[in-house]
Amino acid sequence: MEPVVSIRGLRKRYGQVDAVAGIDLEVQRGEIFAFLGPNGAGKTTTVEILEGFRTRTAGEVSVLGVDPAHGDAEWRNRVGAVLQESNAEPGLTVRESLQLYSGYYRAPRDIDETIALVGLDEKADTLAPQLSGGQRRRLDVALALIGDPELIFLDEPTTGFDPSARRTAWHVIDGLRELGKTVFLTTHYMDEAEQLADRIAVIAGGRIVAEGTPGTLGGRNRMAATIRFTLPEGTGADDLPAELRALLAGEDGRVTLTSDTPLAHVGALADWARTRGIDLPDLDVRRPTLEDVYLELTREPA
Amino acid sequence: MTTAAARGPLGLVLHQARYDLLGFLRNRQGRFFTLVLPLLFLVIFISIFGNNKVGPGAGVAARTYYVPGISALAVIAASFVNLVITITVLREEGILKRRRATPVPAWVLIAGRTLMAIGVSLTSMVILMLLGRFAYGVRLPSHTIPGIAVTAVVGSITFCVLAYAFSTLIANEDAAQPMVQAVMLPLYFISGVFIPAVNLPGWLGHVAQVFPVEHLSDGLHHAFTPATTGVGIVWSDIGVLAVWAAIGLVFALWRFSWLPKAATG
Repeated sequence: MEPVVSIRGLRKRYGQVDAVAGIDLEVQRGEIFAFLGPNGAGKTTTVEILEGFRTRTAGEVSVLGVDPAHGDAEWRNRVGAVLQESNAEPGLTVRESLQLYSGYYRAPRDIDETIALVGLDEKADTLAPQLSGGQRRRLDVALALIGDPELIFLDEPTTGFDPSARRTAWHVIDGLRELGKTVFLTTHYMDEAEQLADRIAVIAGGRIVAEGTPGTLGGRNRMAATIRFTLPEGTGADDLPAELRALLAGEDGRVTLTSDTPLAHVGALADWARTRGIDLPDLDVRRPTLEDVYLELTREPA
Repeated sequence: MTTAAARGPLGLVLHQARYDLLGFLRNRQGRFFTLVLPLLFLVIFISIFGNNKVGPGAGVAARTYYVPGISALAVIAASFVNLVITITVLREEGILKRRRATPVPAWVLIAGRTLMAIGVSLTSMVILMLLGRFAYGVRLPSHTIPGIAVTAVVGSITFCVLAYAFSTLIANEDAAQPMVQAVMLPLYFISGVFIPAVNLPGWLGHVAQVFPVEHLSDGLHHAFTPATTGVGIVWSDIGVLAVWAAIGLVFALWRFSWLPKAATG
């Protein structure tokens, strides 16, 4: 099946700088795809090219089989967009805002059902500008959804939210999956991508630096685990068995070992400690988090 | 349910005009500047100058003079002042951009808003005429109603187009109100809105005639003058307004942006 979004060699140059420096991407139907990267990495530039708001310098782009630079009303009927910066319609209630937008589409969704979907039932007759930030963002999602699009762009949907508003927003976005929508999400929060996405691409400095599922991104599933513990007074890292000394990655009060086979090495450590009659109360075995991987991938070159 | 989009372009224009009107009516500041302020001006000017005579020869009573003068101000308030501020706010808050992401054609958004401005302009004028008639006994010529209506509608369209053009020069929401007033206040003074044109030095009158305010004001004055014969349309005024509309259209098509200026910098 043809991908919903397909990008080949996309480049966008501002003056002397390539904001997007040649990227390739594909998003399949029904997928929640997260485009993850720090501020200024080229996320919004890319998504605005896909939405038809910006021209590109070079490359091939196809969204639902159409070049967004030439997207017509027919195409816009199939695409919804939650923009990064867009305020409420002044003077209109939640329901009236949706009535206004629903009139723009050929085959819109039911208005009350859409209000319920984003959890604004109780706010349906509240003036949109009086909503809280989180509620307003959910109204944005409803406005993007009212035309019943096949594909929805969400540009940093939870930036600036408190934790509970983020949870609610995530719940709404997760609900789009059940509707069978394809979602193109940009975010600079790893936990958001991990929570929502089927697949993640990380962009840094205008280039895709990694692509994968939340579990495998950047080789995370193959990365070494870290074993850390504090030895009691009078015992040093030199006293460890040779097998473990070989794994030594640091000793600054706390000993750090890196291991590709953490279970075997923790076993060896336990045997050694038991024979010596010492305990390791702060023993800690950690796999790299998505955040570790992400920070590693997006680290500015020195 | 038939959607507005399915009813065709005209249905969609009416749909847009309806929600624009709703948004306008819920905006206290917009209501005050557009509907209340012209009434205050009419009361103030008639109270001060009401019994004077204006114009050559016997002239007309100033109270008769101020109904069309302030009507021109009302049309401009509803079409230009309110629209420039609204467009700037909608643009800077990303609302125009979000509308642009929907299938609605640009011309429908513009036509719907213009239709609303025409409706508000005519309503405001009717209120001014009723106030003039019943509070100050200003007689309204009935045979020139076509002239009054045509001039007001052409004026409203012209000032709407100019609002789209002028909004492109405004960088942010805070600058909208002062910039609009900086342009319009002097023009009100020299274009026969606040002060009868006969009281102006000749050169200032010539300056005023370059701009559209004078022609809207002149057209309405002519249509309101009891001595006017025929339907009361001054074609030269309509012509100048149309030229300004054309200039505004070209400029707006050239410079208009749906995206916030602050973000595109």
